[in-house]
Amino acid sequence: MKKIALVGMPNTGKSTLFNRLTGGTARVANWPGLTVDITTGKILLGSFMVHVADLPGIYDLEGGAEDERLAHAFLAETDLDAVVLVLNAMQLDRQLALALQLKALGVSLVVLLNMADEARAAGIRIDLEGLSAELACPVYAVCAKHGEGMPEFNKRLAAYLRDSRPHRVDFSGLTANADWHAAEADLFARFVSRPPTLPAGPTEKLDRWVLHPLAGLPIFIVMMFCLFQLTYAIGSPLQDGLEYLLGTVKSAVLAPLAQNWPGFLSGFLVDGVFDGVTTVLTFAPIIFLFFSLMAVIEDSGYFSRAAFMMDGLMSRIGLDGRGFVMLMMGFGCNVPALMGTRVIRDYKARLLTMLIIPFSLCSARLQIFLFLSGALFSPTRAPWVLLSLYLASIAIAMGSALVFRKHFPSREPFALELPPYRLPVAGHVWNRGWGETREFLKLASTMIVTGVALVWVLTHYPSEQASLAGIIADFFQPVLSPIGIQAELSIALLFGFVAKEIVLGALSVIVGHEGADLATHLANTLDGVSAYSFMLFTLIYIPCVSAIATVRKESKSLTFTSFSVLWSLSVAWVVSFVFYQGARALGF
Amino acid sequence: MKCMPTLADLSLHQLARICNLRVNAELGQRLVALGLRPDREIMVIRRGWFAGPLQVRVGATEFMLRHDAAHLIDVEILHS
Repeated sequence: MKKIALVGMPNTGKSTLFNRLTGGTARVANWPGLTVDITTGKILLGSFMVHVADLPGIYDLEGGAEDERLAHAFLAETDLDAVVLVLNAMQLDRQLALALQLKALGVSLVVLLNMADEARAAGIRIDLEGLSAELACPVYAVCAKHGEGMPEFNKRLAAYLRDSRPHRVDFSGLTANADWHAAEADLFARFVSRPPTLPAGPTEKLDRWVLHPLAGLPIFIVMMFCLFQLTYAIGSPLQDGLEYLLGTVKSAVLAPLAQNWPGFLSGFLVDGVFDGVTTVLTFAPIIFLFFSLMAVIEDSGYFSRAAFMMDGLMSRIGLDGRGFVMLMMGFGCNVPALMGTRVIRDYKARLLTMLIIPFSLCSARLQIFLFLSGALFSPTRAPWVLLSLYLASIAIAMGSALVFRKHFPSREPFALELPPYRLPVAGHVWNRGWGETREFLKLASTMIVTGVALVWVLTHYPSEQASLAGIIADFFQPVLSPIGIQAELSIALLFGFVAKEIVLGALSVIVGHEGADLATHLANTLDGVSAYSFMLFTLIYIPCVSAIATVRKESKSLTFTSFSVLWSLSVAWVVSFVFYQGARALGF
Repeated sequence: MKCMPTLADLSLHQLARICNLRVNAELGQRLVALGLRPDREIMVIRRGWFAGPLQVRVGATEFMLRHDAAHLIDVEILHS
């Protein structure tokens, strides 16, 4: 077995190359530093099985961020047959030094100039043979995104690996990156020709609007609004279809089948597990659409623009523009966003960012809000209810940072690349949408089934009139009734602590209805104010067990993790209390 | 050669040559990796609202950095 690693600066397309090489589905985005972990895969190259590792981006070999240290340690501890250095063909004027620096350490290097299509479009010409002779290693130009030049590269890499000998990178003889700047400038001058002024591309024209001091922010809000309006508009009919289908399965197949089963078993399986899982499953189309659309935004390069626009504001609350982008990533799922904080070097700044990410309204919470706002508010009002929850999510996150910024003083170096806009590739968008849906279905088939079954037992044991759930609900009543959350909802909240995906399933088991009937039941028992208070509390109180575990793992501090949980719980209660009592006092 | 103005003083789209970086080591390292090094040419493309960062271009790379950092980067304005 041969081993190779993909190394390069952030946002040079290493993960895209990795996916192209291995047929894998590593997450990619047009955002520097998306990969914070090492992804591995296997491919057959010629007659060898090759183990490929995709490393986080490094600016140089002296970097100090967590993700850079990870890449560094991997190179020092792994026997590699080749290090594939991926460079952005557009930016050789500052990336060739990394090749020289690695070369000086005696690494057996294969240099890959990625994004050759962009360089060609900009009129940049590169003398590959000259560079290869001067660097004394193979140099190829490819476009990993569209696969241009890849078959040729695979063939050459296989040939290269035939004679390779595994070695570790010995960092003891490390020279400073700056020592190579003169040699880099020399290489660039001899082997790369660039037109004196780069033509003003579509990126410049788009940025004039997207980064406009006045228009920029409204454009951002409109975009986010479109994101979930579109998810809602396409997703709802699909959801209804799926619900109808599963309802038919229940009445035509399951119910007749269960007729002769003992009462407890049929109740448990049909009204418990099946109803609960049905309610959750109907959200699969929403998950797919949401993450596909999110992938389009990620691929486009908009995240860096959002960081640029929000940095002025974020710097005042002790963070930088990247913190805002991580909040946006958190809209998908808080866990990868929490891991994304590894690009931040300063520990305190990282903690402050980790403190606010759990407030961002993730797709699991979105399911609950879509359902409740659809059930309790008119179709014209529901999107505004959702938008207000997104804004509340951002406001509470930022408010928390503002409150605690003094306790997390940061000396974080902030300089972030603004890559050109890039068109999303259908394959990536599909991979992301389907990948997340698959994960969701896996979760639904294990944890959600278990959770829903447990809820059924709790609500039916020892009897429906005096169940365990009732006892637990009574216990929490003194705390939850001042914020308008009644008995049946408090059990759902308890399960929402494990994962928000369970909440709707749990609700349908508790009230004994699923889908549209559940919506009607809720509309009859709740009013707008208490439903909104419930949504606020659900948004803020705690994301899920996985997110807390991630905070613990990334912060390496139990104290900080407990603090983060306590803070969320208290903010959730106070905000819901103020809203609920305020709205009631005003006569709503 | 005497460098009076800093990157923060440049007007938009004015070409300048970088003279000296007085930022702290960590930020300096990142800026150098992004191409912001002495003797290179630099241009400010845009300033963010709400005293936000500066968008600059060095070579074919565009990136953002903050005002306080820009004040610590000495440049020489090129009239051409």
